[in-house]
Amino acid sequence: MDRRHFLNLAAVGGGAVYASALAGCADVGAQGMAQGTSHAEPDFYFVQLSDVHWGYQGAANPDAAVTLRKTVATVNALPTQPDFVFFTGDLTHTTDDPVERRRRLGEFKTIVADLKVKTVRFMPGEHDAALDRGAAYQELFGDTHYAFDHKGVHFIVLDNVSDPGAKIGDEQLAWLGADLDKRDRKAPVVVLTHRPLFDLAPKWDWATRDGAQALALLMPHENVTVFYGHIHQEHHQMTGHIAHHSAKSLMFPLPAPGSQPSRAPLPWDASAPYKGLGFREVEAADTGKAYRISEHPVVRA
Amino acid sequence: MAATLRRRLLRLTLGGAALALLGARTAHGGSPRVIRVVARRFAYQPGEIELKAGERVVIELESLDFVHGISIPDLDKRIDLVPGRITRLELQPQTPGEIEFLCDNFCGAGHEQMHGRFIVRA
Repeated sequence: MDRRHFLNLAAVGGGAVYASALAGCADVGAQGMAQGTSHAEPDFYFVQLSDVHWGYQGAANPDAAVTLRKTVATVNALPTQPDFVFFTGDLTHTTDDPVERRRRLGEFKTIVADLKVKTVRFMPGEHDAALDRGAAYQELFGDTHYAFDHKGVHFIVLDNVSDPGAKIGDEQLAWLGADLDKRDRKAPVVVLTHRPLFDLAPKWDWATRDGAQALALLMPHENVTVFYGHIHQEHHQMTGHIAHHSAKSLMFPLPAPGSQPSRAPLPWDASAPYKGLGFREVEAADTGKAYRISEHPVVRA
Repeated sequence: MAATLRRRLLRLTLGGAALALLGARTAHGGSPRVIRVVARRFAYQPGEIELKAGERVVIELESLDFVHGISIPDLDKRIDLVPGRITRLELQPQTPGEIEFLCDNFCGAGHEQMHGRFIVRA
């Protein structure tokens, strides 16, 4: 049987509660979605992949050259294909060489072109964009921040990495505010970003310097969910009624926030290849007011 | 949440730890000890700095190759380190312990390893 972890979320009316329910699972729910008891039928689902770090070479993943290709094959083998796939940054591992940066981004793009899903969306991580303020990324992938709508849910992609100081910046914050002003405050909003918008672990640089300003703009909206990457592991946290869910990496896992002095990659386990790596399905239900998250390994047993 | 609480508690514990950009003159006579720190990809040199509790020191920071940052989360302070410019900060920790600092401007492949600490002795 598949190992599936479910997390249900309904950030409705500020009434979200946290409850630990199923073994190995965390449930966050409200209005009939609590504790995994009454799951609405999904409206759609998407796949989140994150922190691919294409170009990384090191002991933390001796299988680095093929991990992404295996993941693409696993996504393609899902019994029902998602509505779209979203990569939440660090598509590539950083390099000082602008030519090599473009080569890595190009190779990554070529590999993920094998995904069956027609709609694949991207955003940069600091490894892709911080050293040239997003220049190479924009040449190959386009805008670093944008918005789109899908089946009644408004998705906002925030760039908190092109500034090497992990700032969203005044211009983008103004854009975010203007975008949100056009929305009904009850309408579902999903924010996709690379770094956590809240201060998860400032000692490990796991934060966004002006993330509090983005959250202040989002707070008046009743149904907001944030999916992000950067920390190479699942993490689920509420700031007020806003839920934040980080995703696993597809290159190497990192330790739990603040659990050790250094944020060095966890060592590769030869007895359990790809341990700690994977991707997730996100099922939207109740017109985008509830989400079920299912974690998938890189390869199926 | 827990991390935030820990930070707040530590900030309270550090109590009188004074940190200020200089120009500011020291409040009570005497010249503070000056400690020079060089930042370059991907380390601070020295990376461990011993201080005495209650001692006023001036940290003179110079970056050689990038606009690194120095972030001291326990004190809720950060500064950009612009190459060619000496950045000074005054520190007077009152309580023995460790105060970590890190580069918070992404500077390349070793960025995650660019950190250090003040070790405050009794």
